Amino acid sequence: MSLFNIFNVAGSGMSAQAQRLNVVSSNIANADSATSPSGQPYKAKQVIFSAVPMTNPGASGVKVDRVIEDQTPPRMMYDPQHPQANEKGYVAMPNVNVIEEMVNMLSATRSYQTNVETMNSAKTLLLKTLTIGQ
Amino acid sequence: MIGKLDQALRFNETALSLRAQRQQLLASNIANADTPNYKARDIDFTKALKGAMAKPDSLASQAASVTSGALTKTSAAHLSGTTSSNAAAKTGPNGEPLLYRNIKQGNIDGNTVDMDVERNQFADNAIRYEAGLTFISSQIKGLLSAIQGQ
Repeated sequence: MSLFNIFNVAGSGMSAQAQRLNVVSSNIANADSATSPSGQPYKAKQVIFSAVPMTNPGASGVKVDRVIEDQTPPRMMYDPQHPQANEKGYVAMPNVNVIEEMVNMLSATRSYQTNVETMNSAKTLLLKTLTIGQ
Repeated sequence: MIGKLDQALRFNETALSLRAQRQQLLASNIANADTPNYKARDIDFTKALKGAMAKPDSLASQAASVTSGALTKTSAAHLSGTTSSNAAAKTGPNGEPLLYRNIKQGNIDGNTVDMDVERNQFADNAIRYEAGLTFISSQIKGLLSAIQGQ
């Protein structure tokens, strides 16, 4: 029954978008973390989605293939008082672009909502199917 | 008698199962709206229904043989093919060809899902599925009243 499979497809989409939202929140929370356990400033993380085939041919769900670190150079901020400042008075700050992250967050939220609606409409259809012949 | 009943309900049943199949494809498109290089897929419903109705066997047995991917061997020397369902599958479970959507505005990451089109088609398909349910329901009611003769 392919309608049941919609739950798997939409569910995989929801969990992938939730993971993306998780990474976005981590990036925004650490937008000013000048240091991390590695001693380096925090690096922005991005998720890479990939389509996974489901049992039914043609239908595919989503999974987070991997989480990559943004390799752009850190943002240099002038603050000679900072304990992490180099000899010129600059501090390496995380390469998080807060504007991009906000856009990413909106996009993830909308995609999540769409998947929820997909699931709801599949549920409605299934419930109606049960009333055949009544 | 059962064969005749099956025959009577076959059209609506095939239409419903194809609608459900299409609904699932559209759900995959929506779920993969942010997946790089994902290509939106769909079926041509009219052609698929015609193809499914033209088959001599009942749809259920056809669907079973297609999904199991069993190859008919005419010689003992033939290799037994193992088909795995993959994202680039050419046909759906009912044997209908899976097509790719035409791109109107390409995405920079190679994704061809247009959310407006997909949402539109999803709602449209859901309503048509419900219409199919109404048809099959009223057909069953008609058959029942014919049997009871009241």
